[in-house]
Amino acid sequence: MESIRWLLASAGVEFEEEFIETREQYEKLQNDGYLLFGQVPLVEIDGMALTQTRAILSYLAAKYNLYGKDLKERVRIDMYVDGTLDLMMVMALAAFKPPEEKEENFALTVKKAKTRYFPVFEKILKDHGEDFLVGNKFSWADIQLLEAILMVEELNASVLCDFPLLKAFKTRISNIPTIKKFLQPGSQRKPAPDSHYIELVRHILQF
Amino acid sequence: MAAKPKLHYFNGRGRMECIRWLLAAAGVEFEEKFIESPEDLEKLKKDGSLMFQQVPMVEIDGMKMVQTRAILNYIATKYNLYGKDMKERALIDMYVEGMADLYEMILLLPLCPPDQKDAKVALIKERTINRYFPVFEKVLKSHGQDYLVGNKLSKADVYLVELLYIVEELDPSLITSFPLLKALKTRISNLPTVKKFLQPGSQRKPPMDEKSLEKAKKIFNIK
Repeated sequence: MESIRWLLASAGVEFEEEFIETREQYEKLQNDGYLLFGQVPLVEIDGMALTQTRAILSYLAAKYNLYGKDLKERVRIDMYVDGTLDLMMVMALAAFKPPEEKEENFALTVKKAKTRYFPVFEKILKDHGEDFLVGNKFSWADIQLLEAILMVEELNASVLCDFPLLKAFKTRISNIPTIKKFLQPGSQRKPAPDSHYIELVRHILQF
Repeated sequence: MAAKPKLHYFNGRGRMECIRWLLAAAGVEFEEKFIESPEDLEKLKKDGSLMFQQVPMVEIDGMKMVQTRAILNYIATKYNLYGKDMKERALIDMYVEGMADLYEMILLLPLCPPDQKDAKVALIKERTINRYFPVFEKVLKSHGQDYLVGNKLSKADVYLVELLYIVEELDPSLITSFPLLKALKTRISNLPTVKKFLQPGSQRKPPMDEKSLEKAKKIFNIK
């Protein structure tokens, strides 16, 4: 759900949250027919009960003009976002693995960030010299990349040391007023998963 | 006249097959350049053709497009298979993402360790009949139309029908209690472009056998 919170917050859209804290709450959502495939995230918006993270993100990006100006810009945003989400997925799943596997996956994430993903975005910024990844305009691609950078930095604080343009990008995007607000304590941004959170999720989703 | 899209992948289904289906359903002719060896893949990487060092990659409209979803969404938009507005697109995306979760489980089955395979197959069958098929049967029942969204062919119908064929290969009995899915499968299969794609000699790829699995593992350096 965090990428969805980021997108809404960056677009300056206020949102409410209903936290699932028990198995019973989860089952009620399922039985009430809100969860198309029995799963969360679920976002109620514009009269729809939207599930599936990417479907939700794409809808929001289009609605709040964060999806480029035409099809060619949109496909570039999609490519960049899909790559970024691939990187984040390894990390997100790692949190739920046994300690040894978790450490391995975290190390793999940092390696992939430094060798496969960050060089691509550094080059994109270098080639056009603009402030944003696509079309000289703030888009979903910028938000997704910033979220990924911050997540990887939690694993390895120096991960951006060879990427000067990404460092500048990180500062620049973080200073956008809506994002700056979201990055402050007291916002709806959630902390990295701790053992309590992991146990709770395992219990609610039963895995 | 625009050049035909050129698909770069190994000669098998993998993550490119759904792209082949969508292009074919849209009536778009395409070329394929098969990766036959690790060296072929290395060359593509060294040429800078693969943004994240991965395939699928499709050369189309002057771009070297990667990331399966990005490619599918581009093709769907370009050929009017993505609904008429944002809300229809959200529905199509939601349906396809669900289908993709099931598709992924089946796709990765050949890579499953032998001692885990039976359990995996059982899970796939359970999810198919309890989580996924009922959703789409219900969607079709709720509006009684020929297509999943907006009474018009979309990426969602094409993807679902491909999935129905794949599930049938796994276990033909799974679709038995889903009459509307069966009807959708027949109806979409009879669309001229799809019918042509389903015939022998088309660019549709067969299920993976032992030999092509070994070859693919070698190319992609999978243990």
